[in-house]
Amino acid sequence: MVAIEKRSSRKSWVSVFKEQWQLHLLMLLPVIYILIFAYYPMFGLQIAFKDFKATAGIWSSKWVGFKHFSTFFHSYMFKRVIINTLRISIYSIATGFPLPIIFALILNTMRGMRIKKFVQTVTYMPHFISTVVMVGLLMQILSPVTGLYGSLYRLLTNGMYPSDIFGQPKAFIHLYVWSDIWQSLGWNSIIYLAALSGIDPQLHEAAQIDGATRFQRMIHIELPGILPTAAVLLIMRFGSVMNVGFEKVYLMQNSLNQSYSEVISTYVYKVGMQAGSNNFSYATAIGLFNSVINCILLVLVNQLSRKLSDSEASLW
Amino acid sequence: MTVTKKATKSKKRRIKDPIEDKILYAVTYTLVFLFVLIVLYPIIYVVSASFSSATAVSTGKVILWPVDPGLDGYKAVFSHKRILTSFRNTVFYTVAGTFINVVMTLIAAYPLSRPKFQGKRFYMLLFVFTMFFSGGLIPTYILMTQIKFVNTIWAMLIPGALSVYNMIVVRTFIMSNIPNELLESAKMDGCSDIRYLVSIVIQLSKAVIAVITLFYAVGHWNSYFSALIYLNNPKLYPLQLVLRDILVQNEIASNDFKSTAFMEAKQNLAALLKYSLIVVSSVPIIAVYPFAQKYFIKGVMVGSLKG
Repeated sequence: MVAIEKRSSRKSWVSVFKEQWQLHLLMLLPVIYILIFAYYPMFGLQIAFKDFKATAGIWSSKWVGFKHFSTFFHSYMFKRVIINTLRISIYSIATGFPLPIIFALILNTMRGMRIKKFVQTVTYMPHFISTVVMVGLLMQILSPVTGLYGSLYRLLTNGMYPSDIFGQPKAFIHLYVWSDIWQSLGWNSIIYLAALSGIDPQLHEAAQIDGATRFQRMIHIELPGILPTAAVLLIMRFGSVMNVGFEKVYLMQNSLNQSYSEVISTYVYKVGMQAGSNNFSYATAIGLFNSVINCILLVLVNQLSRKLSDSEASLW
Repeated sequence: MTVTKKATKSKKRRIKDPIEDKILYAVTYTLVFLFVLIVLYPIIYVVSASFSSATAVSTGKVILWPVDPGLDGYKAVFSHKRILTSFRNTVFYTVAGTFINVVMTLIAAYPLSRPKFQGKRFYMLLFVFTMFFSGGLIPTYILMTQIKFVNTIWAMLIPGALSVYNMIVVRTFIMSNIPNELLESAKMDGCSDIRYLVSIVIQLSKAVIAVITLFYAVGHWNSYFSALIYLNNPKLYPLQLVLRDILVQNEIASNDFKSTAFMEAKQNLAALLKYSLIVVSSVPIIAVYPFAQKYFIKGVMVGSLKG
């Protein structure tokens, strides 16, 4: 009996494949793509444990074990890039996570449809400005001579010229984080607005009959209503706490603010790619260290949230 | 009787806002107004500055509206050779790249949306794993040199040809919007899988295809990272890389212009040029934005679904 079943299931495997060969054919190109451009570089990660020589190639370069990792852990840059990365990340989360929630709650109290639409259209727009333009815009506007900041400063102080904000190391993080909020606060509130529109209006009506004020309804109905969404987003955000994007930091960097602006991703780029260094193995080791930490964080944070809320706020 | 009484009562209450509510509304409307102002002011300022005269900009006379209005900035932008070349390159990268992206996304998303597709879990695992772990910058660069993509247009088109995230968005959309019965009846009529994808699935997924097309296109238009890493031939540079040179690194040479006299005549053109350049490079996206807005928002929504 069992044998017959086995045979028939086996037979059906082949016949199912015959039936579905077109689907496999469709998958062929994407699979080849992902194998070459995502998985092959993962094999390339072995150069983190080797002394990569371009002439020898990935496979025949010499193994050196954890040499590059220990060099990194002992270098003075280790502490600096880790602290800078975490500082930027945590500052971004502390401001960029609650503000869209507050903005969505506030926007939801507005009663005219037209004005709501207008506010949304305006506040989503900066999201589409490219990073390069964003940084260029910031530099132009904050320019002491030709920018808005300089003009207003002169207007208020009878023609005095301000100092250059971009030259102050400590201003870097504030510029980075707040320009990001300017750009994405509206956009990031979309998901909360959707969650808010999913709240049963009967809850509001019942609360109104019981004499709850609008503010009480906001705190006791709307806030709990968007909490699960917020939890998932917070998890994802913490999973990438060691990940500060390269593009914007690199553009905003200059020789004056480097002590505060050098993060892991920019450091990897400088070690590996910039003329003069080209230390592929060392850069790969730093990058690998970073992505392993990221993976661990993501799993940990997800585990934690699964325990805290009964699997409601888990990614998988 | 009691029901109607209650209803009128609650209605009354809603019409007559309690004083706490009035305060709340005053506060929220003020905050929203302020935020809209903060978002709009820099944008208006940049547009105004771009239409002002070079002297007005370089001496910081512009506060809100254009001062000595003129088109000098735009004339400078459109006579800057590198900007024109890179603008053309970017249009090409965006159109060709987005086309590749959309095709790749569809042919991966459709089989994975079929509930009984054999090996679905294996394929999904293969794709999803790459969202959490990657080889990183240097191994990818080595790959690109090995396959000789460095310094070719392929470096701008092929890496990133498929975003797993967008693929999952499309897959979720197909699974929840196209009933399985449709497939069964099409099969009954002798429709093959590929034919079904082309003439049914794609027709019924136009909304989500619009969403990912826009996401991919904006991504191509705005990206500078792969160009920074893989290209060193200025003839292939996309707009964003030239923008970076001009806006961020302040590299404006008078021999970039079609006629050198143009730049020399106006020494202080640099600042004005930057403002006009910001406008020119952002207009294509801002122009499609009002039409695309509802699709973008839909995209965020579909993407937020678990699955």
